[in-house]
Amino acid sequence: MRASSLFQAYSRTLLITTFILTISNAHADTRIRTPKHAVWQQECSACHIAYPPQLLSAPSWRAIMNRLDQHFGTDARIDQQAHADILRFLEKNAGSGELSTSAKPPLRITETRWFIHEHSEELPADIWTRPEIKSPANCMACHSGADRGDYSEAGLRLPQNLNIEED
Amino acid sequence: MRLIITTAITALFSLAAQAETPVDFQNRFATQAQQENPAFTGFSVERGKQWYASTHGREWSCASCHSSNPAAPGQHATTGKVIGPLAPAANPERFTRADKVEKWFKRNCNDVLGRPCTAQEKGDVLSYLLTIR
Repeated sequence: MRASSLFQAYSRTLLITTFILTISNAHADTRIRTPKHAVWQQECSACHIAYPPQLLSAPSWRAIMNRLDQHFGTDARIDQQAHADILRFLEKNAGSGELSTSAKPPLRITETRWFIHEHSEELPADIWTRPEIKSPANCMACHSGADRGDYSEAGLRLPQNLNIEED
Repeated sequence: MRLIITTAITALFSLAAQAETPVDFQNRFATQAQQENPAFTGFSVERGKQWYASTHGREWSCASCHSSNPAAPGQHATTGKVIGPLAPAANPERFTRADKVEKWFKRNCNDVLGRPCTAQEKGDVLSYLLTIR
């Protein structure tokens, strides 16, 4: 009897926990919380915002950090200590699960399932070549809070003349 | 306790030693330029201005990311991210930290010229940037 009521209590807790996890997952695509890390923030936000580590897997980050001398067409070398420190941080906070659409670890966040899903449906085809956006790497062109991990609709500031059809 | 105070004072001094002025860098580049080329006769604002605006055998110039007006914010040529002005008059943080100056000349010269910049080139361009108000 006691064991059975214990089991019931356990089931209830599990159910509630699952529910809470589902809720927070539903919001995970709009706000990405990254632990503070001064070196990562400083070194990775000079040419683009410091992209959240969760958006790529650990193998992807390792591949990127291995070739900072040829980082998407630029020399992005940093000193050894900062390099080791940042790589540790990225690996620790990297995304897990199947992030990519290909077998090789993707080097671009724009190649991940998450990014493609979030940007495919409502957007005009020429969106990335517009001068005020310039590149899909330029999150801040539309997501005004992207540098704080805020990709919510409230923070969305679409350039003028860009209309997105609502579903 | 004494150790803590000593450490704090040492830390303060090393911070103070790190903070420099653009003119300190200009002087250092002059010393290096003299070593690199005994015929060195000084820096040229006009040469620095030309050099800043020109490409050097590759796709980008300094102006590609730092704007043709160094007192204005630039925009990264690939990502579009806004980059703070390069001229010290418009952005007091510029040319005040040796580690940053070294890091960025190393990377950006490689991107723009495919080689390290000479002290003459660095001094010329810094002399030009210091004329911008």
